[in-house]
Amino acid sequence: MRGWFAALLGVATAAALTFLTLPIVAIFVDTSPARLVDSLGEEGTAEALWLSLRTTVLALAIIVAAGTPVAWLLASRRFPGRALAVTLVELPLVLPPAVAGIALLAALGPEGILGGPLADLGVRLPLTTAAVVTALTFVASPFYVRQAQAAFAAVDPALVDASRTLGASEARTFLRVVVPTAAPGLAAGGALALGRALGEFGATLMFAGSLQGVTQTAPLAIYDRFATDFDAALALSAVLVGVSGGILLAVKLVRGGEVLGHARA
Amino acid sequence: MVAAIATGAAIAAGCGDDDPDALVVSAAASLRGALTECANSEQEPRIRLQFAGSDELAAQIRKGVRPDVYAAANTRLPDQLAREGLLERPATFATNRLVLATPPRGTVDALEDLERAGLRLAIGSEGVPIGDYTREVIARLGARRARRVLANVRSEEPDVKGIVGKLAQGAADAGFVYRTDAGAAGLRALPLPDRLQPEVAYAAAAVTGTDAAEEARAFVAGLRRGRCAGALRSAGFGPPPGR
Repeated sequence: MRGWFAALLGVATAAALTFLTLPIVAIFVDTSPARLVDSLGEEGTAEALWLSLRTTVLALAIIVAAGTPVAWLLASRRFPGRALAVTLVELPLVLPPAVAGIALLAALGPEGILGGPLADLGVRLPLTTAAVVTALTFVASPFYVRQAQAAFAAVDPALVDASRTLGASEARTFLRVVVPTAAPGLAAGGALALGRALGEFGATLMFAGSLQGVTQTAPLAIYDRFATDFDAALALSAVLVGVSGGILLAVKLVRGGEVLGHARA
Repeated sequence: MVAAIATGAAIAAGCGDDDPDALVVSAAASLRGALTECANSEQEPRIRLQFAGSDELAAQIRKGVRPDVYAAANTRLPDQLAREGLLERPATFATNRLVLATPPRGTVDALEDLERAGLRLAIGSEGVPIGDYTREVIARLGARRARRVLANVRSEEPDVKGIVGKLAQGAADAGFVYRTDAGAAGLRALPLPDRLQPEVAYAAAAVTGTDAAEEARAFVAGLRRGRCAGALRSAGFGPPPGR
């Protein structure tokens, strides 16, 4: 009786692993290392990667700076409407990217809710690099905040109490005790947000457009080349697979696999 | 094993597809309005439409996607695919004109305004028909003016609807689109002088090796004269050359 169930698990796992890895293997089978290097030298490819890197790191900095206090508040306080706040923070996680793009235009575009006030300030966001960063920040922030909130909630309350009893303020306790203790979780959340931001496509195209060196990030460059230069699209895809795989590996090293159980990314 | 999963997905998706016998037509994004209208008529065969940039649809066909009909916003892509044996002989079925489109409350009133510093221009990316036509127009402005106009390009969109969307939302100040799109989206359209106007012709063909070759050929013929020709004319498309 035990035998058939184990066999079933084995078959299911083998099927799942093959199905999930075959498309990724195909990217590397379809392109040779030499062609890959060639394509990377092409005009616009390196530029797209560099733009992706810049905008992603900037978005991550904003997410960490703004998201860390939010995560601590949500993890350490009980207040009316907390469940709603948690849900709202997580909402972009389940929004289709196209919806995120439309929503950003409707809110921050020239015809949007804040379009008038922004225009008065001389700010016109769409079709700029800042719009890319805005889109990345919007879609990727829940990945960090969720993880940070879980990491903060897991900090032993006795540690916090001890720090407070010894006379440290909440701010000091937060910076000297809570953040260092939760650091692995925060790093994992940051890495997941980084991965999501790096792969962002739909919201960026709708809100920021696509212009080489300004708004055309690596995923947009892949789409742009799909019809005209499949090899270049493959090469760029291979690089993104490498970078994203590296991020995932880093997360696993930091958290020893625990993160994959938590994140529903 | 992967093939089994993919087949399973195809079967599962097929169960939700209420119309597996419909004729699948891959058409340029700029044909959306006109073709949607005539596809909804009660005539047989039923038609399932998918729209994208002509170049993207061509790339899909080259990678093995098999719609029954391919309709592009130029003649170059269908001709190429026909030479590669992927399409039957293409037929030109409509013409169109390029216009300079702006948001309804836009500040662009003439071609000269495109050279204004800080203006935001959205155009089609290279390789997609609207992008190639647009580059033709801009090149005809002369090298100096062309440089200044191109310096104002803020987005290169994968298809016409990307440009129209950016204009409708006021994200861009101006863009080159087909006359038929500008009208349908409520944009302000400035006609181009004849000396700048490129020759915009649409061609379609049946895809080779599908199960519905007869119906596909009939649909293509109907684009020129018959089922969809009327819808194309009332959407503002011109008749094919030589008619």
